[in-house]
Amino acid sequence: MTVVHEMLSFLPDLLQGALTTITVSLLAYVLALIGGLAFGLARLSPFLAVRSVATVYVQFIRGTPLLLQLFSIYYVLPYAGIVLSPFASGVLGLAINYSAYMAEVFRSGIQAVAAGQREAGQSLGMSRRLLMRRIILPQAFRIVIPPIGNFFVAIFKDSALVSVITMRDLMFTGELLASATFKHFEIFGMVAIIYFCISYPVAKFVEYVEARFDVQKRGQAIGVQQQQGPPAVVGTG
Amino acid sequence: MSEPSTVETASPQSSLLYLEGVSKSYGALSVLRDISLGIEKGQVVCLIGPSGAGKSTLLRCVNHLETINGGTIHFEGKPVYRYMRDGKLVVDPERRVEAIRASIGMVFQSFNLFPHLTVLGNIVEAPIHVLHQPRAEARDNALALLAKVGLTDKAENYPHQLSGGQQQRVAIARALAMNPKLMLFDEATSALDPELVGEVLKVMRDLAAEGMTMLVVTHEMGFARDVSDAVVFMANGEIVEKGKPAEIFTAPSNQRTRQFLQTILHSEGMAGAA
Repeated sequence: MTVVHEMLSFLPDLLQGALTTITVSLLAYVLALIGGLAFGLARLSPFLAVRSVATVYVQFIRGTPLLLQLFSIYYVLPYAGIVLSPFASGVLGLAINYSAYMAEVFRSGIQAVAAGQREAGQSLGMSRRLLMRRIILPQAFRIVIPPIGNFFVAIFKDSALVSVITMRDLMFTGELLASATFKHFEIFGMVAIIYFCISYPVAKFVEYVEARFDVQKRGQAIGVQQQQGPPAVVGTG
Repeated sequence: MSEPSTVETASPQSSLLYLEGVSKSYGALSVLRDISLGIEKGQVVCLIGPSGAGKSTLLRCVNHLETINGGTIHFEGKPVYRYMRDGKLVVDPERRVEAIRASIGMVFQSFNLFPHLTVLGNIVEAPIHVLHQPRAEARDNALALLAKVGLTDKAENYPHQLSGGQQQRVAIARALAMNPKLMLFDEATSALDPELVGEVLKVMRDLAAEGMTMLVVTHEMGFARDVSDAVVFMANGEIVEKGKPAEIFTAPSNQRTRQFLQTILHSEGMAGAA
């Protein structure tokens, strides 16, 4: 019982850290979504300059480690006179890193929409913008929901890296407590449980969103529900 | 030029659509060669010919889904898309291209309905966002068009819940909702199961009877024979022969037309027997 007791005694501090982890992850994710969509669209721009900038950004960010990007923002930017807090650096670093990956997902999602859809819109006199907004993107969003949802699960775990720039997230709080008490098993055990308690509902939520936006699947789901009667005779003996 | 029939009386100024020496190539591959063809308001013109003849490409050039490399397309008496004026190439701005496209309806072989929108949503989309019709008006028009194609009860369904024939009828209603001056049909029945072809052809026949101007790429020789004012036989990117359906189907002057018709009518006879 003492192990459990000790584990629980660390809980308040760890939950405080977990709150930071959640905040950082959510903020970074929203920024990454916006950035990813913007760069994804830019990758398909009819203008060569716009396309080039987006391509270089995506390739460079994807070609360097997240850890290095966090260090660069927190330790290198100050040389250029830009000093950001650990929190801001963490959010920005994660957002930049994830936006590059999301840009590629959005780009491929947009390209995966059937060519006939574009032609149908064009033949109705739609402008490039209208076509993108009303016809292509709504379909592309459905296509990218699974990979974009995976990123949502992953960012909570990748956010542990922001602990290296002294941000008091769940991981950093765990490290602090562990180095002060040497209760590695109890503390990192708790940290693992808390990460899982965050990630699992998130993964379930992503599954729900996937099902919700898949028109085909939704039709099937309704069919299944209609067939389900009461669980008749199971376990009455 | 030596072509017979009503088609030759056409001129760029008088015709609704007039193709003047149009050519199109992909690199070294020439798919359309010096095509000249006029369609008067209210006419139905059918393009027939073997696959690879350039019929679909020609249709797609008419609403600028393909860009022509030579010649001029005139719509409502004016040159459009890309044309020479005073020795200089003029390229229409996207806005003008969009406005012209909005007045030309197109029906595709593969329907191309918007899968994320309901049947009603598919039909009102462009009237609301391109023509800026009030929502209620667009909706009333759409319901009237659905009644016309016999699908009133499917208004709230999604495309994947419909049969191919029903989807194609929705696609026709979607194009008609823009009040087009010209309708293009690109093998509208080729992707359909045989038993569904009739319901789509009926809608097309009704449309022709109402006086809609139509340019139709089709393998349905019965439709071409009964409905069209002129039939154009194409092969290898060229117009081989054009004329009234009676002339083309009973006494084609060109050997290749005769061959093509023999083959296709023979196989149709077989299909009919089966």
